[in-house]
Amino acid sequence: MAILVLAEHDNVSLKNDTAKVVSAAAAIGGDIHVLVAGVDCSAAVSAAQSLAGVSKVLVANATQYGAQLAENVSKLIVELAGDYEYILAATSSVGKDTLPRVAALLDVAQMSEVIEVVSPDTFVRPIYAGSALETVQSLDDKKVITVRSSAFDAVASTGKAEVVNLSQVIDASTELVSESLTESVRPELGNAGIIISGGRGMGSGENFAILEQLADKLGAAVGASRAAVDAGFVSNDLQVGQTGKIVAPNLYIAVGISGAIQHLAGMKDSKVIVAINKDPDAPIFQVADYGLVADLFEAVPALNQLV
Amino acid sequence: MKVLVPVKRVVDANVKVRVKADNTNVDTTNLKMALNPFCEIAVEEAVRLKEAGIATEVVVVSVGPKAVQEQLRTAMALGADRAIHIETDEALVPLSIAKLLKAVQDKEQAQLIIFGKQSIDGDNNQTGQMLAALTDLPQATFASEVKIDGDVVTVSREIDGGVQTLKMPLPAIVTVDLRLNEPRYASLPNIMKAKRKPLAIMAVADLGVNLKTHQTIISVTPPVERKAGIMVSSVEALVDKLKNEAKVI
Repeated sequence: MAILVLAEHDNVSLKNDTAKVVSAAAAIGGDIHVLVAGVDCSAAVSAAQSLAGVSKVLVANATQYGAQLAENVSKLIVELAGDYEYILAATSSVGKDTLPRVAALLDVAQMSEVIEVVSPDTFVRPIYAGSALETVQSLDDKKVITVRSSAFDAVASTGKAEVVNLSQVIDASTELVSESLTESVRPELGNAGIIISGGRGMGSGENFAILEQLADKLGAAVGASRAAVDAGFVSNDLQVGQTGKIVAPNLYIAVGISGAIQHLAGMKDSKVIVAINKDPDAPIFQVADYGLVADLFEAVPALNQLV
Repeated sequence: MKVLVPVKRVVDANVKVRVKADNTNVDTTNLKMALNPFCEIAVEEAVRLKEAGIATEVVVVSVGPKAVQEQLRTAMALGADRAIHIETDEALVPLSIAKLLKAVQDKEQAQLIIFGKQSIDGDNNQTGQMLAALTDLPQATFASEVKIDGDVVTVSREIDGGVQTLKMPLPAIVTVDLRLNEPRYASLPNIMKAKRKPLAIMAVADLGVNLKTHQTIISVTPPVERKAGIMVSSVEALVDKLKNEAKVI
């Protein structure tokens, strides 16, 4: 059984999500290869080579793959698919964009956001914003799967995989116009050990400054609820929840977040949850390990002083 | 320009579903049903394109039991011109839905197909991309802005690190994210008007599509509930717990 993992990278570096998807691949069992499709991504390639359990890194290096468009990357994967029984990617914006296209071209179903490998053909995935877990057995000869990376531990960087350069270059009719990436010195939500998120209770985007100060002191990432994104306080890439990012840090501090099901779906697997809210009846307290009923504008600066 | 909007009937976003006692599925009996919120945003965008004079016709399509006609009427009350109902009582995987939609698109030849990025029941986030693959059309998922200029569409899309803008020739497939627009409420006169708009009903067999069984649901179980924790009385007490009990800071 051979498994192809689509690398998660930004042409500059390999994202830690890849190491977590490789961990899911190892749980399935088989010869694991990683595909790095991009342009000038040599650092990502060497990082992929060092992932424990990976035997080959396939490199598709061409300007056509620079934007990692689903339109042509999916065709590239389908060209390689003959050698593989499994095709895996992270449940990231690239994975979600690309893998359904691969599955449809292979005439197989896709399993989204797998959180557990039960056996080589049976997997667990959340449905209804995590209100239920579905155990699904695949009947397809090839299994195309996106993996919720927060549910798997990253493999170590002790490997020495061989590099195979691919020659296929496939064009897309889609053109990249621009990319505006949020620049932050803080860790990414998906990799942060501590996350501090703000909700509607923050009142404005400016008020997120108090969360940022605390985050900087703790080496934490800053997140937000959908309500805070909808209100225009912060950008969408900070959103934690069913339709945003799914995270599971060691410590999640929810500030001024009431705790709608859609938000809980994104953070309830965090190891320790702290909720700070002035409403003692807020549903967030039902999932919090430590709850503090307080005015966040007093509690957060006080917390900042004490940690 | 014709715009096709595939939509889905789902359990209302504000309702918490429960798993059936025999762990075979979630229990949706007597729950409030609604148009999937992302589909609503897709319908709104299509209607706005029509109001802007860019789209000439907005066609909504749904696959499911007879009850989905309720959501098709809702979409027409929001401004869609006509509806297609592909009737089936079977729960189909996204690939099968995409195959049925391809048969519809082969006939309709829409220039733009706008989907919700995911339905809030299955949370699959697949159908739009799969239809794009089957029709070999370009795609822009998770759209936060859609601009059409002649036969080119420019889409800004929500990606993990920020926003990406793509340009592609029409026909194309777009799936929408939350910030694209705020859907309107249907007015009473429009709800009345929607009852008289055309709704065509087709059987899966009419479309000549051969569907396969791809998976078996072994079980559906409730997630492990988090145990409720404790309330602390002060910031000092909180810091003490985090440092000495949880040891996370």
